[in-house]
Amino acid sequence: MRIDCPCCGSRDIREFTYKGDALALDRPDPDAGDAAWNDYVHNRDNPAGPTRELWYHEMGCAAWLVVTRDTRSHEIHAVELASAVKGDVA
Amino acid sequence: MAESELNLIATPPCAGLLPLSIGTVTASEEPSCALTSIAPYRGQEGALSDALKNAHGMAWPKPGRMTGKAGARALWFGQGQALLVGPAPDAGLARHAALTDQSDAWAMVRLSGAGAQDVLARLTPLDLRRGSFKRGHTARTEIAHMMGSLTRLGEEAFLILVFRSMAATLAHDLETAMQSVAARKRL
Amino acid sequence: MRIDGNGLIDRTKPLRFSFDGHAYDGYHGDTLASALLANGIRLVGRSFKYHRPRGIMTAGSEEPNALVTVGQGAAQDPNLRATTLELHDGLEARSQNRWPSLDWDLLALNDLAAPFFGAGFYYKTFMWPRAFWEKLYEPMIRRAAGLGALSGQANAERYEKAFAHCDLLVIGAGPAGLMAALTAARAGADVILADEDRVMGGRLNLETEEVGGQAGRDWAAGVVEELRAMENVRLMPRTTVTGAYDGGTYGAVERVAMHVPNPGPAPRECFWRISARRAILATGALERPVAFRDNDRPGIMMAGAVRAYVNRWNVAPGRSVVVFGNNDGAHRTAADLLAAGVNVAALVDARLGATTTLDVPFYAGHICGSEGRKGLEAVSIATMSGIEKVQADCLAVSGGWNPSLHLACHMGGRPDWSPGIVAFVPRAGMVPGLAAAGAANGTFSTAGCLAAGADAAQAALTDLGLNPGMPEIPRAEDGTYDITPLWSVPGKGRAWLDFQNDVTVKDVKLAVREAYASVEHMKRYTTQGMAPDQGKNSNVNALAVLADATGRTIPETGTTTYRPPFVPVSIAAMGAGAQGKGFAPERMTTSHKASVAAGAPMIEAGLWYRPSYFPAPGETIWRQSCDREVGFVRGAVGICDVSTLGKIDIQGPDAGAFLDFVYTNMFSTLKVGRTRYGLMLREDGHVMDDGTTARLGENHYLMTTTTAAAGPVMRHLEFVRQGLRPDLDVQLMSVTEQWAQFAVAGPKSRELVNGLLDIPIDNDSFPFMGCGAVTLGGIDARLFRISFSGEHAYEIAVPARYGDSLFRLLKRQAEALGGGAYGMEALNVLRIEKGFITHAEIHGRTTAFDIGMQGMMSRKKDFIGKSASQRRGLMDEGRERLVGLKPVGDVQQLTAGAHLFDEGAEAIRENDQGYVTSVGFSPTLGHYIGLGFLRRGPERIGETIRMVDHLRGVETTCEVCNPVFFDPEGGRARG
Repeated sequence: MRIDCPCCGSRDIREFTYKGDALALDRPDPDAGDAAWNDYVHNRDNPAGPTRELWYHEMGCAAWLVVTRDTRSHEIHAVELASAVKGDVA
Repeated sequence: MAESELNLIATPPCAGLLPLSIGTVTASEEPSCALTSIAPYRGQEGALSDALKNAHGMAWPKPGRMTGKAGARALWFGQGQALLVGPAPDAGLARHAALTDQSDAWAMVRLSGAGAQDVLARLTPLDLRRGSFKRGHTARTEIAHMMGSLTRLGEEAFLILVFRSMAATLAHDLETAMQSVAARKRL
Repeated sequence: MRIDGNGLIDRTKPLRFSFDGHAYDGYHGDTLASALLANGIRLVGRSFKYHRPRGIMTAGSEEPNALVTVGQGAAQDPNLRATTLELHDGLEARSQNRWPSLDWDLLALNDLAAPFFGAGFYYKTFMWPRAFWEKLYEPMIRRAAGLGALSGQANAERYEKAFAHCDLLVIGAGPAGLMAALTAARAGADVILADEDRVMGGRLNLETEEVGGQAGRDWAAGVVEELRAMENVRLMPRTTVTGAYDGGTYGAVERVAMHVPNPGPAPRECFWRISARRAILATGALERPVAFRDNDRPGIMMAGAVRAYVNRWNVAPGRSVVVFGNNDGAHRTAADLLAAGVNVAALVDARLGATTTLDVPFYAGHICGSEGRKGLEAVSIATMSGIEKVQADCLAVSGGWNPSLHLACHMGGRPDWSPGIVAFVPRAGMVPGLAAAGAANGTFSTAGCLAAGADAAQAALTDLGLNPGMPEIPRAEDGTYDITPLWSVPGKGRAWLDFQNDVTVKDVKLAVREAYASVEHMKRYTTQGMAPDQGKNSNVNALAVLADATGRTIPETGTTTYRPPFVPVSIAAMGAGAQGKGFAPERMTTSHKASVAAGAPMIEAGLWYRPSYFPAPGETIWRQSCDREVGFVRGAVGICDVSTLGKIDIQGPDAGAFLDFVYTNMFSTLKVGRTRYGLMLREDGHVMDDGTTARLGENHYLMTTTTAAAGPVMRHLEFVRQGLRPDLDVQLMSVTEQWAQFAVAGPKSRELVNGLLDIPIDNDSFPFMGCGAVTLGGIDARLFRISFSGEHAYEIAVPARYGDSLFRLLKRQAEALGGGAYGMEALNVLRIEKGFITHAEIHGRTTAFDIGMQGMMSRKKDFIGKSASQRRGLMDEGRERLVGLKPVGDVQQLTAGAHLFDEGAEAIRENDQGYVTSVGFSPTLGHYIGLGFLRRGPERIGETIRMVDHLRGVETTCEVCNPVFFDPEGGRARG
């Protein structure tokens, strides 16, 4: 498997570290309540189809990436910088 | 202890490990020099690039590129990061970027000679083809399970950086790959 | 028997080799199989289950029978296919799965007991008594049924791994592959052409046909020469592409030096990871057998293999050959045999109304049986007029050809059934970026293959935006492929489908009767297709028989799943580069050499190596050294390399705000020149890591992490910075490697430090938890007054180049003051005496509350893990919480990992009260001390509790005490 890093270009999977679903980017407010926090920390869907997930280019540029990947085919539809997804003002 | 009595001796990262020549390939440690990581603060990329040009004569490197010339280079070193190789950083740069001394953090090895690329192809998943990884191209990548930096300095000349503590592993893995490449040629 | 001819062997280079201890002659260019056949050896192995005599059946990597072992001792390499094993001088090969010898195999008795060994026999026969399975039945079956064996010793031979990249990977160098590679290479694309054989050309090297007006193999050699001269082409002969993976990644095994007697440091094999933007599957096709009674005798071979041995290796596989087929290939085989001067005893064609123009005895019918003890002696031919027996020592069989589509199916795609060629063909897009061409795609004429190869390359290159020229397609054979399906000949007796796993037509029918009618169930019940050859010869035949037995069509029946690797790959090749020191990088501190020179045993801490203790003369066990080193720190001064702790430089206007967010406690309020202990949680509310962070400047902090968590913490901090708080203007940089850092700990630490500093310090300039820049002999250094021992202590950091020198100096100076260097054992005892935690305690499921640090969770701000840490369950008084333990029973010992129980309660899981995490003998206190987690721990100080270590068989009673055993007021560190 290869990931097309927006900084580095197409790289072998061994350079990357997987974290999990990209909803980890959407941290609830501190007072959002137990249900919201429970969903954020623990609950994950397991879809057959496109997912958005977080990968870290640890052996490369050290960018956190949001990778849109189809779990049925492993086809990667998009790779974005997590900072860009979060709307980095810079 | 008075300054004159205390004499700390500097030991290079690859002391006792390199140089190493097998077949047509040679691995040698680069002379020690200042290494400074530069990470611009928000919105400072432009100002930093100008300051870098004025102070050290090289532009801020684009991703995957090296700027400057032998003795004073800037290697792209990761997202929003460059490594100034050679000169001590101009103090004025600190207005625009986080400067961090890394002079002792990296083992810096030059691998050169016919077959150097074949040696590296045993250690890194990076696409090293001349058309993809040209002279002046640089990459952060995996080198024999280690986080590293790889730069093509010439047709068959590369600069390899790995963490100082792993210098012995790099030397060992280079030696193994160099032996293999040389032995293949003899088959 | 060797015959005349100008095949691809070099008769000027004779070779000597041995098989089962007997010496034989061969030529350069031979495979072991061709050389054995040339020497008249037909019996080469025994079958997997029934130990039936078996001979060479094919001429390629699909060979099911001729598996041999080469090499001795640790280098013993089993299950190598004689058909692809290149002969070299001195090659020693041995047959397998026989005892005491190949010729006289006692386990051939299995064949007589065959009625008991049908499909699924081990599910039925050996069910009772249950306990006998592991002890008796399974070992017995494994002994009786099997192939070659490994030596069990560590293999010292060299294997390697390597990476390659290309625009176009062409898999297979037959007519289609050569044409594809040529087309792409001429267009300037980076091409890798990989082929299993040592000589590229595929079937052009085996057949007598012409291409472009010259011998096919000469045309192939010409193309290979052109490709070899091009810089953008990498030719990879002896390389089998074994798997197709996501993103255009292919695995391939190259046999680098297996054909060389003494390869030196050259690797035996290389496992390649090839990244290709496009790939062309030009792997050709595999000929399939026909099932008839006793179709497994040595001498019964595939017709295409017979042609290969005759044409390429100039070997007649028999003196009198019968040819049998259901397609035109049988006639071609007979013609080649005649041309080579080999007697053709009969040509048998199963097609309705078949005739021949060849001058051979011709039969329209089929073979229905064979005879012969350890090799074929006669075949029975069934025709309209009855059954006729014909003497023959070789039978060439062709049941048609199956495209070699395996790689195309490796990502889960299912192939299409092509009624025209009566075979499965790849469907477009089964592996993204991979297109099949030529025989692999069901095109069986040479002219068709050449054109298909060029077309496929053009399509791939156009796809990549390159502009391929129109190559000239050389003239070549363009015959039709006329076939009538024939899978098995009806009749009594056993007719083999899977030769390697001994599966017969009867077995498949039995599976259907016992309701294993789906193809995947049939496979598992009969083991058809599960041997090392993965059913290359048998799969389609077996599922055709299955289809017939279940009244379905072949497409309805479907295929089993094709998985990598395409051919067996040695574990040594797959694991190449990861043995020994290649397994993981080793990280050495700057004090490594000096520590080793001082006799310190080095222990692993993550990837780092750290000294366990520094033995002194006369000390015989580690405890003596450890006790002495603890004494250094408590009584004088000790030196310890702490460079392995993670150090992260944090700079920027928002550095303080960032730290406030990742730590439970406040750091924006820390004064410049001060250090503070920080606790870091995961978002789920459990402790992630701890350490001290120093404020070096207004916008400049230096964080310390534990050795073990340095990497994960950096990853976490970058995630927070990029993914959660990109609003903060802050930069992170690991400086772990930049600094060599040493703890100088003990009552005489300041005396030692002041002996080195250019400007001495005192309690005012460097109070407890103070930090700042200092110089030693003019060298810029950093000094931190922090303590992991509870003593007055410093950590001094210098640029790593001076680490070795400074460590030696510190050690000498400490020794002059009555102290010295201390290792991990003493460090551990010192911190347990103080109740300081490590990852033994913060092991992933402890909370700040559990370790008594709930007070460090700021109420004034949000931080990672805050919300989740407030959950009731994580603050429950009944949780297992940190306590100290000391033994009070007869057994004066504690063990880490032991569990705690109430006195009088049975030591079972239901009564578990907690567990011990860290233990050590405290020379300061004169007894063992431990840290552990106990239900309601802090409420139970003073109670007596039972410690049971079930694993080591240690049991004692302990007093529950404060986890801080020594100097609970902390005066020693501050003084």
